[in-house]
Amino acid sequence: MSAKVITITSGKGGVGKTTATANIGAALATMGQRVACIDADIGLRNLDVVLGLENRIVYDLVDAVEGRCRLSQAMIKDKHIPDLYLIPSAQTRDKTAVSPSDMIRICDELRPDLDWVIVDSPAGIERGFKNAIAPADEVIVITNPEVSAVRDADRIIGIVEAEEKGTPKLLINRLNPEMVKQNNMLSADDVVDLLAIHLLGIVPEDKAVLISTNQGTPIALDNKSLAGQAYQNIARRLMGEEIPLLDLDKGSGFFNRISSVFGSGD
Amino acid sequence: MQAQEIEIKGIKNGILIELKDGEWEDQKDALLSHIDDNLAFFKSARIVLDVGDRSLKSPDLSGLRNTLSDRDVKLKAVLSTSLVTERASQDLGLEIKLDESSPEPEKSPINSMLDGDEAIFLHRTLRSGHKVKYQGHIVVLGDVNPGAELIAGGNIIIWGRLRGVAHAGAGGDTSAVVCSLDLSPTQLRISDKISVSPPRKGKPHPEIAFLEDGQVTARDWAAGK
Repeated sequence: MSAKVITITSGKGGVGKTTATANIGAALATMGQRVACIDADIGLRNLDVVLGLENRIVYDLVDAVEGRCRLSQAMIKDKHIPDLYLIPSAQTRDKTAVSPSDMIRICDELRPDLDWVIVDSPAGIERGFKNAIAPADEVIVITNPEVSAVRDADRIIGIVEAEEKGTPKLLINRLNPEMVKQNNMLSADDVVDLLAIHLLGIVPEDKAVLISTNQGTPIALDNKSLAGQAYQNIARRLMGEEIPLLDLDKGSGFFNRISSVFGSGD
Repeated sequence: MQAQEIEIKGIKNGILIELKDGEWEDQKDALLSHIDDNLAFFKSARIVLDVGDRSLKSPDLSGLRNTLSDRDVKLKAVLSTSLVTERASQDLGLEIKLDESSPEPEKSPINSMLDGDEAIFLHRTLRSGHKVKYQGHIVVLGDVNPGAELIAGGNIIIWGRLRGVAHAGAGGDTSAVVCSLDLSPTQLRISDKISVSPPRKGKPHPEIAFLEDGQVTARDWAAGK
């Protein structure tokens, strides 16, 4: 068995790379997969916070790279899901502490014992980004339905293609169906139309994401939220299942769903 | 002697290294071993690499750049007479000229006296950050996205959407045209005239843009005209 390495990147900051990494990792792990999430954002670490594992860090990625610990010592076991591990980044160093070949070496060391390695890339197109995509078998570009984020995603896709990592897959995050209806937000079709790559999934804007992120519990564990379902579907698509896109128009409220059930029964 | 196969010169902004003829892999290894032997000298250096007429692809260059960056050497620019190498360098964000800070005169001035047959054909999506500069015509089969830039001495034909910047007749040819199936550029330039297209109303359709009375004008494209 050899793990597949997936890098999640975006170009622009703040579009949800870290949240997506945590949730895709968590969703895959709940399906019985063995997953390690690597925080490649050295100097600005926060994947540990999103996963609620901050207080368990003893060794980090840079310690493992520089040989101060064995790689397995830098792997922190998740508190909710068995077989989900985090390799945190160092907070007190910068991107130059790790090179692309270090990342390839670390991931190769992880491959035999895992099913998935998910790398959380820093924003930008500099060294940290180069580190993050170096070991990738597949790249997921995440964007918001927003012109500047889409522009950066386009640039990133070009660079990933130039590095011969294949054409990345697209994840649209924080789509607000109401705003799209009122023509105040780019629709998923607009985004896909411009970027012209395969759409892996759409995650709707959902306050529950922010709450779960602050609590350190991935939203993917919450079957009731639309965003949680979206992440579970994305994980199943990565596993090769054919899952249709969620119908986001229904809204996430309980009453909305009830009324649509009654509506269709008429 | 390996070291003699590599020519190293100090230049204004770093170190210029000229690779001699021979296999790319051999020359690359020779260069790396030379750097390894003189690590102190090359530490934090910015290198301009002249690869001559070799056709190198992005992975060749990105591999070298990563290996160099592992040694704390920055690959700043790659000089080459090969168009393939130049494009690969640009894709990776490397410079392809010695000094970008002083806008030197074009080495090969864009020639507007075209025979009408020299063109570059690109079958791909041109994404933000891609820049294509060619002294002849540019033909694209695919979309030109916002943030991408095409500069041609001659005409620009896009079988796809134009949403980036297109500059036709960049050497001064006022008869140059830009055609696209959906002409919605960020900016359109013909010769020395610059224009911004109004927001599109209705469905996109093929259009041709040209200079008329010193103004960039767009007209529906119809066959046979």
